[in-house]
Amino acid sequence: MPSGPVKTNRQKVELSLARRRRKERLFRSLGIAATLVGVLFLAAFFWTLAAKGCSAFLQTFIALEVEFSEEALAPAGKLDLAHADFDGIVRAALREKFPNVRSRGDRRALYRLISVGAGYQLRDEIDNDSGLLGSRKLILVPAAANVDMVMKGNIERKLPPAQRPVSDKQLAWIDALVADGSLQTRFNKALFTNGDSREPELAGIRGALMGSFYMLLITIALSFPIGAAAAVYLEEFAAKSHWADLIEVNINNLAAVPSIVFGLLGLAIFINWMSIPRSAPLVGGLVLSLLTLPVIIIASRAAIKAVPLSIREAALALGASKMQVVFHHVLPLAMPGMLTGTIIGMSRALGETAPLLMIGMVAFIADVPTRFSDPATALPVQIYLWADSPERAFAERTSAAILVLLGFLLLMNLAAVIMRKKVERRW
Amino acid sequence: MTEHLREPGGCRRMTAMGELTDSGDAAAAIAAGAGVTDSAVAGPQPVDAPGHAVPSRESPPDPLADTVGEVRCEHPFMVAENVDVYYGDNHAIKDVTLEFGKNQVIALIGPSGCGKSTFLRCLNRMNDSVESARVTGRITLDGQDIYSKKLDPVILRARVGMVFQKPNPFPKSIYDNVAYGPRIHGLAADRADLDDIVHTSLERAGLLKEVRDRLDEPGTSLSGGQQQRLCIARTIAVDPEVILMDEPCSALDPNATARIEDLIDELSEKYAIVIVTHSMQQAARVSRRVAYFHLGRLIEVDETDRIFTNPRHKLTEDYVTGRIG
Repeated sequence: MPSGPVKTNRQKVELSLARRRRKERLFRSLGIAATLVGVLFLAAFFWTLAAKGCSAFLQTFIALEVEFSEEALAPAGKLDLAHADFDGIVRAALREKFPNVRSRGDRRALYRLISVGAGYQLRDEIDNDSGLLGSRKLILVPAAANVDMVMKGNIERKLPPAQRPVSDKQLAWIDALVADGSLQTRFNKALFTNGDSREPELAGIRGALMGSFYMLLITIALSFPIGAAAAVYLEEFAAKSHWADLIEVNINNLAAVPSIVFGLLGLAIFINWMSIPRSAPLVGGLVLSLLTLPVIIIASRAAIKAVPLSIREAALALGASKMQVVFHHVLPLAMPGMLTGTIIGMSRALGETAPLLMIGMVAFIADVPTRFSDPATALPVQIYLWADSPERAFAERTSAAILVLLGFLLLMNLAAVIMRKKVERRW
Repeated sequence: MTEHLREPGGCRRMTAMGELTDSGDAAAAIAAGAGVTDSAVAGPQPVDAPGHAVPSRESPPDPLADTVGEVRCEHPFMVAENVDVYYGDNHAIKDVTLEFGKNQVIALIGPSGCGKSTFLRCLNRMNDSVESARVTGRITLDGQDIYSKKLDPVILRARVGMVFQKPNPFPKSIYDNVAYGPRIHGLAADRADLDDIVHTSLERAGLLKEVRDRLDEPGTSLSGGQQQRLCIARTIAVDPEVILMDEPCSALDPNATARIEDLIDELSEKYAIVIVTHSMQQAARVSRRVAYFHLGRLIEVDETDRIFTNPRHKLTEDYVTGRIG
């Protein structure tokens, strides 16, 4: 018999209860703290992105009364777009606005207020409407990035002149333009319609967006059917053997292989051996397919495994063949899980940069790709390239591009949720 | 002493032990089922070793002896001869021979793990999907060897339907649940024909009245008892010749159980039915013959009355009187 003060079972339970409650409270507060930290980081992330990136969606324009003079545009008597001096008429319009600027150096500084894109814009205008020749028209041309930065307050006026890219004279002209209402802020359409450019005010993400889009198209077209088929075969039809185990181990390992290795593989096989053009979304899509396949196979196998045995047996007992059991019952029930896996894989593919570096998708490409074999870059690569650029104006564009990438991701996940809701069966 | 405390059925056991000659009557009373619940009959928890439960009044009969009773029946439709089943190294069914008659309900009873479900699943080759399972011996359906290489299990399962322990309707509409079998086998010529099959099957399963207006609702929205009747409707929609039932009422309440049992009664006019059950009252109520399994062996087969009133084998007697759980 135990000696000493004898506790009843009830007393023991009460003692242990206090201990259990203490542990529970501790665990709960730890959980809350962890969640809070996560939410805080997320909020900070979105806040800085939005604060930095929002201004990139707006752009400063200068309203200029341009004369489409015949002597500048049609020196031979006929409109010749290739040789017409569009920069000349932009400069003439600017000189007209500031007649007091006389010296060569000052005039050059004055011209730098306007983006080099202004000439191209005038060319497009007259290309669309040749009746403009000889007439005058008030046109909004993009201001240079530095003007934009001054207007957005990203260039400090108070800094000594040597430390800012805008001179005191230029600041005075900007103030004069603001005073007569010629400087206007508009939505930055170029960000969404242009390809990459060395000039920040002309740089857009359309090229990268289309590159990413084409790549993901290839990736999903290849990796979902192949991954689903592999998962169904391995889970439902393959005999249990050492080979099956070996394959399973290898697939699990592949999912953990660093993505740059897949880039090297793509370089060796798709470009060097199969001679597919480099920098093309086709190669990128193939490499990203290799990358996402293991993820999709693993998720699909888990989804297939989760279909209850009772449903398979019910179908088998009615005389359904193995094939019918899989296609009538297992796949429809596993589909939501398989789609989730696919979307996780695609999200990973969308954000992947490292393997694209190996297959030449990191180049400066100004054209918007229109085919799978056109040279292209991808959104994350574009972000990387812009983040690397020295111009102040690229900083806000980097944040804007990240916002667009996140929006793209959100859209993809939304599509997945809708699709999953559609194929989901009530249990 | 401790054993006495643990055994809720100790009282009845003592009586049965003391008055062994009366045990038959006691079992009959139990089998009649008036006011005695399932758990009371299954009463004692599984006894560690069956040997302990057998009183040493006389040397117990060899538990591995041949099946006693009558394994043969009139008009046999399905015949199992010397069937052995192995799961890897585990010898789950040992040399079972049993005949199943037409229009007859036969109940397979026995303690948990005795192999009755395993044996049932041999009859429509459901064990095929268990990779380590191996079946030897011969099972014939209407004279045809069902394990013959020439026979596709699809055809066998269209002739030998199965109802499972837990209701397992497909996550589809009630209509599609019943129509699935006829669809995959191409039994219906057109939509009207299929409608007819679905309605008849639901009617025969006694479910039509309750679901007539909501055939489009998911089968999983029904209650447990209704789901099980839906599964039976699904099975008979294929118009099989034999229906196997693996404890079809174990997940149901007494009302639903009663309805299923009535249904089994009606179905037995058309089908051969093999039912595995843990409830001895159920076996007594629905079956014509009872087969008692123990440790993978078929111990005794006989008419239901005889098994419950006058079992010939010691183990059967112990089981039906509640001494082996």
